[in-house]
Amino acid sequence: MVWLELLSDYTFQNVVIGASLLGLISGPLGCFAVLRRQSLLGDAISHAALPGICLSFIITGSRDIGGIIMGSLITGSAAALIMLMLTRLSRLKTDAALGACLSIFFAVGIVLLTYIQSTNNASQGGLEAFLFGQAAATLRSDLWVMGSITLVTLLLLAVFWKQAKLVTFDAEYARTLGMPITVIEASLTAMVALAVVVGLQMVGVILMAAMIVAPAAAARQWSRHLGGMLTIAAGVGIVSGVSGATISTLSRGLATGPLIVLTATAIVLISLALAPGRGLLWGVIKHYRQKSALQKQQLLYALYKHSADPSCAPSTLGSRRMLNKLKQQGYLTRSPRGATPSDDGWGLTAQGQAEARRVIAAFEELAS
Amino acid sequence: MMAELLTTTALPIMLVGAMVGIASSAVGTFLVLRGNSMLSDAISHSIVFGIVIVWLLTKQQSGPVQLIGAALTGLLTVLLTEALASTKRVKQDTAIGLVFPALFSIGVLLLNIYANDVHIDTHTVLLGEIGFVWLDTVDIFGLPIPQALVSMSVMTVLNYAFIGLFYKELKLATFDPALAKTFGFMPSILFYVLLMLTSSTAVAAFDAVGAVLFIAFAIVPASAAYLLTDRLWMMFIIGALISIASSISGYYLAVYLNVSIGGMMAVMTGVFLMLAFLAGPRYGVITQRVKRQRARQAPVEPPPSV
Amino acid sequence: MATSDLTDTALSIKNLTVSYHNQPVLWDIDLDIPAGVMAGIVGPNGAGKSTLIKSLLGLVPSLSGEVMVHGRPYATQRKRVGYVPQRSSVDWDFPTTALDVVTMGLYGRLGWLKRPGRKERHEAQEALEMVGMSAMAERQISQLSGGQQQRVFLARALVQQADVYFLDEPMAGVDATTERAIIDILRRLRDAGKTLIVVHHDLQTVRTYFDWLLLLNVRVIASGKAEEVFKIDHLRQAYGGQIALLNDNESLMFSASKVK
Repeated sequence: MVWLELLSDYTFQNVVIGASLLGLISGPLGCFAVLRRQSLLGDAISHAALPGICLSFIITGSRDIGGIIMGSLITGSAAALIMLMLTRLSRLKTDAALGACLSIFFAVGIVLLTYIQSTNNASQGGLEAFLFGQAAATLRSDLWVMGSITLVTLLLLAVFWKQAKLVTFDAEYARTLGMPITVIEASLTAMVALAVVVGLQMVGVILMAAMIVAPAAAARQWSRHLGGMLTIAAGVGIVSGVSGATISTLSRGLATGPLIVLTATAIVLISLALAPGRGLLWGVIKHYRQKSALQKQQLLYALYKHSADPSCAPSTLGSRRMLNKLKQQGYLTRSPRGATPSDDGWGLTAQGQAEARRVIAAFEELAS
Repeated sequence: MMAELLTTTALPIMLVGAMVGIASSAVGTFLVLRGNSMLSDAISHSIVFGIVIVWLLTKQQSGPVQLIGAALTGLLTVLLTEALASTKRVKQDTAIGLVFPALFSIGVLLLNIYANDVHIDTHTVLLGEIGFVWLDTVDIFGLPIPQALVSMSVMTVLNYAFIGLFYKELKLATFDPALAKTFGFMPSILFYVLLMLTSSTAVAAFDAVGAVLFIAFAIVPASAAYLLTDRLWMMFIIGALISIASSISGYYLAVYLNVSIGGMMAVMTGVFLMLAFLAGPRYGVITQRVKRQRARQAPVEPPPSV
Repeated sequence: MATSDLTDTALSIKNLTVSYHNQPVLWDIDLDIPAGVMAGIVGPNGAGKSTLIKSLLGLVPSLSGEVMVHGRPYATQRKRVGYVPQRSSVDWDFPTTALDVVTMGLYGRLGWLKRPGRKERHEAQEALEMVGMSAMAERQISQLSGGQQQRVFLARALVQQADVYFLDEPMAGVDATTERAIIDILRRLRDAGKTLIVVHHDLQTVRTYFDWLLLLNVRVIASGKAEEVFKIDHLRQAYGGQIALLNDNESLMFSASKVK
C-alpha cells in the first residue's frame, strides 16, 4: 500500500505524528471551547500567538520549539485575559473585545516581524511559515515537546473531569458547590491556548480556529455524553490531520494546513447530514412526515368542525392533493357538486368522523 | 508641486491609512453595535477565496471587478454561516469558525494549483504593505494618485453614502430589528448590503494594510467610540478622528523604529482603545473609580422629608 | 380612515397554526376582538402568548392562518398597528437617548429615506410627556430603570397613533407606580376608541384591567368578555392542575388603580 511506503519516510512520519497530536489535543479542548460559546477564542489566541513567536525569537535567537510554545502561550493567554477584562469592566461586548484583541495582538506581531526582518538575521526564515503552518519542517525533537504537552493536558483533564464538566455546563451551580470557578475557567482557557499553540506548527495561525471548532462540531452530532464527544472529536482531529498530511505529501505542492482543515470541514458536513437522530437528513424526512400528518389532521378537524356549516370550502392546491389522498384512504367522500352552490362537495365518511374525533381527543390531551 | 507632494512618501501613505480607517470604521460601527464584530474577521479571511476566483476568471488583482467579487464572497460567507446556524445543530459563533477557514483553505489550495509562480502572494494579501502604495499609481488629472487611495476613497464615499441615505433605517434595524421589520424596513437585507460593503472595503484595504489589520481598523476605532459617546452619529466622527490620529502617529513611529507601517497604525488604534477604556470621560475604568472615590468622600445628603 | 370601521372587529384571526421544531405552539386559533376594548391574553408559560403576537406581526412564520386588522389584511394596515415588545428584546447599551427611541416610532410613517425633523421631535416630546418621562428625554437609555425603559417603549408606540396596539408583557418587572401609570395610559387610549391587546403575566390583576380576555394554551381555551371567560373551569382547563380563586383578590396594592 502506498501509504505504508510513505510511512517509511522520515519527514512523513514526523508530519503524521504531528498531525495526530494536533487532533488529539485540539479535538477534546475544542469541545470545551465550543460548549462554552467560545468558539472564536481559538481564533483570537492563535492570532495573538504571533507576537509571542517573534518575541521568543528575538530573545533566544532561534526557532526552538520550546521557546516558541512559551512565547505563544504567554501572549495568547494575555490576549484572552485582556479580552475578559474588556468585557467585564466596560460595556464592550465579547465579539468586539475578541476582534480587538485578535487584531491588535496580531498587529504587534507584524511590527515585531518586520523588526526581525530589518535586523537581517539569517535564521528567521521560518517565522512567516507560522502563518500557514510548516508541517514538513517539523523536527522529531519538536514532536517530543508537543507530545508531552498533549499528554499532560489530557491527564489534567482526566483528573479534573468532574469540575471541567460541571463548570462548562452550569458555572453558577458549580459555584454553589464551592468549586473555584475562576480558577477552573482560567485553566480551561489556558489549556485551549496550549492546544492552539501545539497546533500552530501544523496548520498555522489562520486555520487553527477551524481545528478547535470543527472536530468538536462534528463530534457533537454523534454523541450525547461529554466523554463520548471528546473521544470522537479526538478521532476526527486525528483522521483529518493524517488525511490532510497524506494528501499533501502525495500531491507534491498542495499546502498541508488547508487540506487538514478541508477534511475536518467535510467530516462536519457529513456528520450534520447523517448523524442518527440529529442528522439533517433525518430532520428533513421527519419534517415532511410531520407536515403531511399535520395537514391531514387539520383537514379532518376543519371538515368535522364545519360539517354543520357547509359554507367553508378548503380549496388551496395543497389541500386538494391532501383531500384526494384522504379520500383514497377512505376518510372522505365526494358528493356531486351542486348540493349547495358554495359547497365543494367534500364530506367525512363514518371512518373519517371517527378519525376526526380521535384527532380532537388527542389535542385535548395535549393542551391540558 | 502637487505631484511632488503625492510622490514623497509620507503624505500618500498617511492618507491611505486614514482612509482605510475612516471607511472601515464606518461599517465597523454597525458591526460592533450588532454584536457581529467577528464577521469582519470571517470576511477578511474568506475574501482570499474571492480574490483568487476573480483573478482566475479575469486576471485582475485589483480594481472594481475585485471589489464586486469581494462583495459577493462576503455575502456568500454570511449566507453559508447563517445556513449552518439555522440548522440549529451548531451555534452562530461555531458556524463562523467553520465557514471562513474552509473558504480560506479552498482559496489557498487554488493558488497552490493554479498560481504557484504568480505574484498573488498570500503573504502580501494577509499583511499588505502600505509603504509601497506610492509605487502603484493611476494618472488622474495628470497627477499620479496611488491606486490604493483611489479604491479607498471610492469605498469611503460608498459606505458613507449608504449610511447617510439609510441612517434611520440602519439605526432602527440595529437597535430593534423586530420593530424595523414591522415598519417594512427589511433589516436582513440592510444587513446584507452592509456586509457586502464591508467585504469590498476589506479587499480595497488589502493592498494597504492586509487582511488582519483591516479587522483592527474596522473594529477598534468603533469600539473606542462606543466607550466614549452615547450618540450614534458621534461614533462615526470619533471613529474617523481616531483613524486619522492612528494613521499619522503610526506612520511616524514606524519610520522611527523601522518597522511595518500598517502594523504600527493598527497598534495605535489599540492604544486609543486602551485610553478610552481606562480614561474615557464617561465610561473609563479609572475615571469611574475616581468618581466613586469622590462620591464616597462627599457628605451624604439625607433624603427629602416626606 | 373612516370612523365607521372603528365599531367593527379590530382584530380577526382565522385558523392560525404555528409550529416550532415540529411541535404545535399555536393550534387553529380563531379569534375576533372587537374595537375599543382592553383585551388581555393570558395563559401558562409556553402557551404561545408571545408567539401569537409575533406571528400576527409577521415576525414568526406560521403554518396557516389569516390575520385581518379592521377588516383588511394586516400587511396593508401596518400603519394602524403599534407594537410594544418585551424589554429584553433590545440592547439597552445602544448609544441613544430616550427621545430618540421614541422618535424611532415615527420611522414607519416617514418611510424610506425621509428624515425625522422638528415636527417629529415635537411629537416624540409630547409622547414622552404622556408617559411622564419628559425630564428624561436626553438621558442615555442605559441609565434608565426598568420601569422607565418600559415607559419609553410605551411612548414609542403612542407616537405611532395607531388604532390597534399589541403589548407583550408590559407590566413584567416594573414597580407598582409604573404599572399604575401604564394602565392609566392604556385606559385613556381605550376610552378614545383604540384597541389594546396585552399579553399579561399576572392572573391577580386580570379582572381589574381587562374587559375582554383570551385564555390561551396552544389552543383557544376561551375568549370573549372578561367576566365570562375568567371562570374557574376555564382556568382549570388552561392551567391544568389545582387552581383556586380567592375572592378577596383586590389586594391593597391595586386598590389605588381601580379608577371606576
